[in-house]
Amino acid sequence: MAIFEFLSFDDPGTQIVTIGTVILGAVASIIGCFTFLQKRALIGDAISHSVLPGICLAFILSGTKNPYYMLIGAFISGWLSVILSDWITRTSKIKADTSIAIVLSFFFAIGMMMLSIIQHSGNVNQAGLHHFLFGKAAAIIKEDVVMFLYVAAIALVIIIVYFRAFKLYIFDIEFAKSIGLPVKWLDFLLTTLAVLAIALGIRAVGVVMMSALLIGPAAAASFWTGNLKKMLLISAIVGSLAGFFGAMISYMRPQMPTGPWIIIVLSVIAFTSIVMGTEKGVLHKWRKRQAFKNKVLRENILKIFYHLGENQEDFLQPRTLQELIERRAYNKNEILKGLNQLKSKHWVDQTESNHWALTKQGNIESAKLIRLHRLWEVYLSEHLNIAADHVHDDAEAIEHILTPKLQARLESVLKGRTTDPHDKAIPNLNKMDK
Amino acid sequence: MGINSKRIIEVHDLTISYHKKPALWNVDFDLPEGKIIGIIGPNGAGKSTLLKAIMGLLPMASGYIKIYDQPLEEIRNKVSYVPQRGSVDWDFPANVREVVTMGLYKQQKWYERTSQKDKENVESALEKVGMLPFANRHISQLSGGQQQRVFLARAMAQNADLYLMDEPFAGVDASTESSILDLLGAMRDEGKTIVVVHHDLQTAKDYFDHIVLLNTRLIAVGPTNEVLTPQHLQDAYGGKLTLLQEVGELLQKENIPTREG
Repeated sequence: MAIFEFLSFDDPGTQIVTIGTVILGAVASIIGCFTFLQKRALIGDAISHSVLPGICLAFILSGTKNPYYMLIGAFISGWLSVILSDWITRTSKIKADTSIAIVLSFFFAIGMMMLSIIQHSGNVNQAGLHHFLFGKAAAIIKEDVVMFLYVAAIALVIIIVYFRAFKLYIFDIEFAKSIGLPVKWLDFLLTTLAVLAIALGIRAVGVVMMSALLIGPAAAASFWTGNLKKMLLISAIVGSLAGFFGAMISYMRPQMPTGPWIIIVLSVIAFTSIVMGTEKGVLHKWRKRQAFKNKVLRENILKIFYHLGENQEDFLQPRTLQELIERRAYNKNEILKGLNQLKSKHWVDQTESNHWALTKQGNIESAKLIRLHRLWEVYLSEHLNIAADHVHDDAEAIEHILTPKLQARLESVLKGRTTDPHDKAIPNLNKMDK
Repeated sequence: MGINSKRIIEVHDLTISYHKKPALWNVDFDLPEGKIIGIIGPNGAGKSTLLKAIMGLLPMASGYIKIYDQPLEEIRNKVSYVPQRGSVDWDFPANVREVVTMGLYKQQKWYERTSQKDKENVESALEKVGMLPFANRHISQLSGGQQQRVFLARAMAQNADLYLMDEPFAGVDASTESSILDLLGAMRDEGKTIVVVHHDLQTAKDYFDHIVLLNTRLIAVGPTNEVLTPQHLQDAYGGKLTLLQEVGELLQKENIPTREG
């Protein structure tokens, strides 16, 4: 099968292509982190479309597809597009997104015109130039890989030397200026790196798709970590993975352009990160909410036990499921879920098949909650002048989120209180046997 | 200015324009050392502009500013700037300690790790603002008051003599407000000078020793009780468009065709 042939790396051409795309993916996505954090993702898109006329001009002037000429041509027209769109934004009333869109389509149109002129010129070397649009990883040759390595080395040196400066410049430009960092120079370096990364990817990924390789991995990484160094690392791994798959697919299906495949792989990783990411991911947030809901459920069940115990002056007596359900708007399954969670904390015991009772520790925990609830009611009614019949619902919400520190403050403000606004006793934890 | 305190800032005939419209016009004053100084004035009076100008962040149309009788460049490491809290993106991947350490970036060479001394500096700054327990917390999880404390800690880690703070009291909770005030008082007692842009006239007389009252032009400068007189406040907040401002508007209008042409 083609996939095993590819993974055996018997063919030296395959090795070169794979090494090339992996390096490319890593470099572009490390640089892309800075572009992403600068909120210049759209500029990346403008640059990638705008390198096309530069490439075509380089080909017309040199008559070859030498990677260094291509890189220089791409670099110059990419930089020009940045200068032009920044200039339009600065001197007119047009906003950045609009000026970027104008520049992007203008440069790309010129590039496409030049491309069609070249294709009809009869120059034999022009075969394959159209791959620069959507990329063809299999077209990478040894010379390209050597060039990737040079550029990667330069980029890494710049990033290492200027790491702290870039970080401060991007986070807080005013402060960076105030301590005398050369902000114009830093901006120049960052833009140059971004243009370089994009110019590097034209052969393997293509000008239309390259900006996604710059920004996608950074966006994905931002859902996994809140640390810049880790973000660079995760981004580099994601970028290399995308590059690797791109090479593989390009080997197995040489007819297909590589760029779209790389982007599809990247998009899958990015969407997965948005959902699963441990820093800001949707699922992570959902789990946190779920954990909070469970905590509220457990605490409410403890309170049911307390209220029942308070009425009958026996806190440790086993209760049937029915008794518990009657007190609150929970259904049987919810109550059972909460009871089982409490059981694993050893706060509740199942005495018979249908009977549940607080343990001693559970009893103390329930008293703590009730104490908090009633203290809060006292605070609301006495210090904030809220009517006694309105305080319960507020206390209900607040008791689950009060931090120990706030709790201590509440205790000290209301020292010595023994009853709540409804004249119910506030449990005194010191008097409970442990 | 009192005879017994040295001059720390000299603003001489300063004019600053945004898009040709003057934001500050012929502003000229000196500020004394070792005081908490408020820059007060209505919205759009040029308060932040003045602070940024002192920090060298804006091009000047005319005039000069000297700190300890020297240009800023000579003395930059003695001056610390606290920008408005809302001017940065708090989703940036960094924790509290990292942001405070940024105050020392200029002194650090790229190949050096943060030195022990710098680390102690950062920890003590965090301690002073009460953010040490949150040192490892990601900055996106901070409240407004905590964000402001982080910015103050970053400035304190710089160990400057002159502090320029842009609206440190804006949108912070009451307990942060009072702890910032205590902090500023302690800094003054160490001989530091603190210049604060402040928007709330009510609290100004309690917070500051010395006041710069602005409304595009300088209205008054001096000890708080001498500046906050009904006449001065009428001049600053009276609401009437002064001739100066009208001319400013005109200048801007006249310039639009030349910019777009």
